[in-house]
Amino acid sequence: MSHLLEIDNLSVTFGGLHALKELNFHVDEGEIVGVIGPNGAGKTTFFNMISGMVTPTSGDIRFEGESLLGLDPNQVTQRGIARTFQNVRLFANMTILENVMVSQHCRTKQGVWGSLLNTAGFRREEAEIREHAEKVLGFFGSRLVGYRLEQTASVLSYANRRRLEIARAMATKPRLILLDEPVAGMNPKESAELTELIGKLRTEWGFTIVLIEHDMNVVRDVSDRVVCLDHGETLAQGSFEEVSSNPDVIEAYLGRPLEKQS
Amino acid sequence: MTAVTPGAATATELELVQKGAFDFDWNEAIRKGAIVALTLAFIALSGMPVGLDDRSLIEPILSMGYVALLWVPFVLGWLSGNETVLEGMAATKRGLRDVVRGDVIGFVGGLGLSLLVILLNAFDLRDPLVNWSPQLIELLQFDRGQGFGIVAWPIIGGVLGAAGAGLHLVSPRLRKAILSAVITVLLVAIFETFIVDVIDFLDDLLYEKQGGLKLVAAIVIAVVAFIASYAGAGRAVGQVRSNYHQATGAAKKSQTITFIAIAAIALIVTPMITGKITQELLANIGIFLLLALGLNIVVGLAGILDLGYVAFFAVGGYTTAVLTSPNRGEDWPEWFPIMPWWGALLVTIVVAALVGLFIGAPVIRMRGDYLAIVTLGFGEIIRILFLSDWLNGYFNGAQGITNVPAADFGFAQVKGTDPRSVFYLVLVFAVISIYVSWRLERSRLGRAWMAIREDESVAEAMGINTVNMKLMAFVVGAVLASFSGAIFAAKVGSIFPTSFLILVSIIILVVVIVGGMGNIIGVIVGAAVLIGVLGGPKQPGLLAEFSEYKLLIYGALLVVMMLQRPEGLVPNARRSRELHQDEFLQDAWLKGEVDTDDDDEPGTEVQGALA
Ligand SMILES: Nc1ncnc2c1ncn2[C@@H]1O[C@H](COP(=O)(O)OP(=O)(O)OP(=O)(O)O)[C@@H](O)[C@H]1O
Ligand SMILES: [Mg+2]
Repeated sequence: MSHLLEIDNLSVTFGGLHALKELNFHVDEGEIVGVIGPNGAGKTTFFNMISGMVTPTSGDIRFEGESLLGLDPNQVTQRGIARTFQNVRLFANMTILENVMVSQHCRTKQGVWGSLLNTAGFRREEAEIREHAEKVLGFFGSRLVGYRLEQTASVLSYANRRRLEIARAMATKPRLILLDEPVAGMNPKESAELTELIGKLRTEWGFTIVLIEHDMNVVRDVSDRVVCLDHGETLAQGSFEEVSSNPDVIEAYLGRPLEKQS
Repeated sequence: MTAVTPGAATATELELVQKGAFDFDWNEAIRKGAIVALTLAFIALSGMPVGLDDRSLIEPILSMGYVALLWVPFVLGWLSGNETVLEGMAATKRGLRDVVRGDVIGFVGGLGLSLLVILLNAFDLRDPLVNWSPQLIELLQFDRGQGFGIVAWPIIGGVLGAAGAGLHLVSPRLRKAILSAVITVLLVAIFETFIVDVIDFLDDLLYEKQGGLKLVAAIVIAVVAFIASYAGAGRAVGQVRSNYHQATGAAKKSQTITFIAIAAIALIVTPMITGKITQELLANIGIFLLLALGLNIVVGLAGILDLGYVAFFAVGGYTTAVLTSPNRGEDWPEWFPIMPWWGALLVTIVVAALVGLFIGAPVIRMRGDYLAIVTLGFGEIIRILFLSDWLNGYFNGAQGITNVPAADFGFAQVKGTDPRSVFYLVLVFAVISIYVSWRLERSRLGRAWMAIREDESVAEAMGINTVNMKLMAFVVGAVLASFSGAIFAAKVGSIFPTSFLILVSIIILVVVIVGGMGNIIGVIVGAAVLIGVLGGPKQPGLLAEFSEYKLLIYGALLVVMMLQRPEGLVPNARRSRELHQDEFLQDAWLKGEVDTDDDDEPGTEVQGALA
């Protein structure tokens, strides 16, 4: 059986910098895979390539057996891959509800005429969009619903912005979600809670997940498998225990500060 | 020091010092005074005072030319009293200090004009400065000789500056009453032609034969406005407004409907009772409102800075003209039909949409500044095509297409000589455009446009086909502009390339920005205020006298708005919601809707670490 996501010899260079070198990687349906590595390892660049925002120099990305190369980001999302951003990028002046409604764009189809004539189809679709949006937001408890629905995203606390980013990705009705450092900046309590929710994304919602994370507790708790990158190279792949005990990985994490000091 | 502050000459220096009257930042005050001086000199040399001197406001004491100068020290004096109060600090106490400071500012500003009077008399710089004229000298000397002018201006400036600053000292209620008296008198005087056009009999009652308010009338109006304001007319309006803002659900809906009904009746009835000038004015406002509504979708909603929007206005006008006028170019084939206006309108819509696609397709992949510059280019290209020899056989080049017939609806004819009919036609299309804007804004498309405006790359990553969506905004905007072009063709009866200068694009953009981007009401207010008062690129507004300085005022207004009130005259609900977030949260808290999670506001300290 083919994998949900397959990465073959994926490489990209920016000017002479090899941000990612010959990465081979796959994700199966229902898995949660962690991507770790020191700063500048190429993790976000990896996500950017999957989501079509950066074009690889060589290699292939296949989703459900079909290549994603050459697709625009919106087409990738349409295929069923959603993502969040490391440096939270919400639509700050839109309301929380609108943020989640707008990301259902590629799953809906009403156009100019439906809106102008306020057709039954238009009203039904609007109601469905809203219902789905509230369902997704409800996943995070009471934080993003109620009076909050009509507030602009800019007023949210930092942790809530991260939650809303995930909600926005969920609303695109994806099969695969790419989470870029979802707990960064959260306190231990919040990150423990979000770790649990990430588990539920798989069990309750049926999403497959790839997550980049620096917080090793989170990675250990949720990941079935882990891949470690450094300077664009794949250092190790396997279970968390295997990867975290790999001498190259340990050196990559520990060696860096020592180098800097010298 | 008292010698140079005539406004404060009543008190002895000692007393003033004791009360701290001179205890303010003198450098700052003199700097502001210099700004007043420069502004006054600039206005004087712009020719505005002389040009507007013939227009009497209050006979015989005040002409519009002087008003163009006198407002400066007054307003700056008032602004000098607006100090920012830092949080946690007590506001400095108001007092004589403010008046003295305003006085100094106005005085220094007046000195600027004194200096100008001396220079005007001593040198002849007419060559570089066109308005360096004997008339200006006479005006600045009040026809009473050099010495009088030199002495008078600092005194006048000082008094007005002190008066402006002094407004801070009186109670808000009194201040409002004084201001409304002054403003009402000025408005009634300035809008003379308009008021007479609407209510005929006022002509003899209020105004002198040669124009200008009668002095007695001015005083009566001032007193009435003062009393009305002091007695609370303003507060009644404010009450209605705050009622409306607080209402929710069904109550709000019924209030909205009442409001719309009143507005509709007013709009339908007004042109029936007014004269031609007002009807013409309303028709012009409507034509530019249609354009502004279309541009608002493109710029305000989708965030595409289109500087060549006039292209679609031109396409609308030319298509209609070609399809209706017997005087169209000679190269059109025989079979190419001449049709009634409404038939041409349908074709025009299709053509505009196609041109929108055609121009949009290559342009839309660009972002931000690049897109703005390219659209600017396309706007000109379209006009130059209509002007060109190459297409002369189709569009008659500079001669344009004349004899565009009236739009004939059987029961009514819409033509330029009957501005009322034009207004009603425009009204119908304005309602259509407003409906379109309103529906689209609240739909899947509107949300997608907003997302693109906020962050295009993220919008794309969230599954929005940004190219298609932007193109769609472009096309909808093009169609709305073509309505305007089609009506314009029937109204003017002829179409020339010079009607579609780049200036039109810019003025429409200013209307949208000044009114409030992304907000339909704002756009309506913007069109009414700017096109109505200042006028369109070629169409006169209420202040027809200002038409020479129109562009200057448009430019100044744009700069001031960008600095002081970037959200526009009528800010978007979204923005005001942000501005009133505190109250919003408080309400929510009172209603017990607040998120009880204890970890609701964490992580602010790590935010910096992450960035
Ligand atoms: N668009 C780009 N152009 C040029 N260089 C880039 C670009 N995007 C990323 N890089 C470079 O590629 C390298 C990998 O960056 P990337 O953002 O993928 O790291 P990361 O693993 O996500 O690091 P972090 O843990 O800090 O988020 C960095 O050196 C970065 O500067
Ligand atoms: Mg990263």
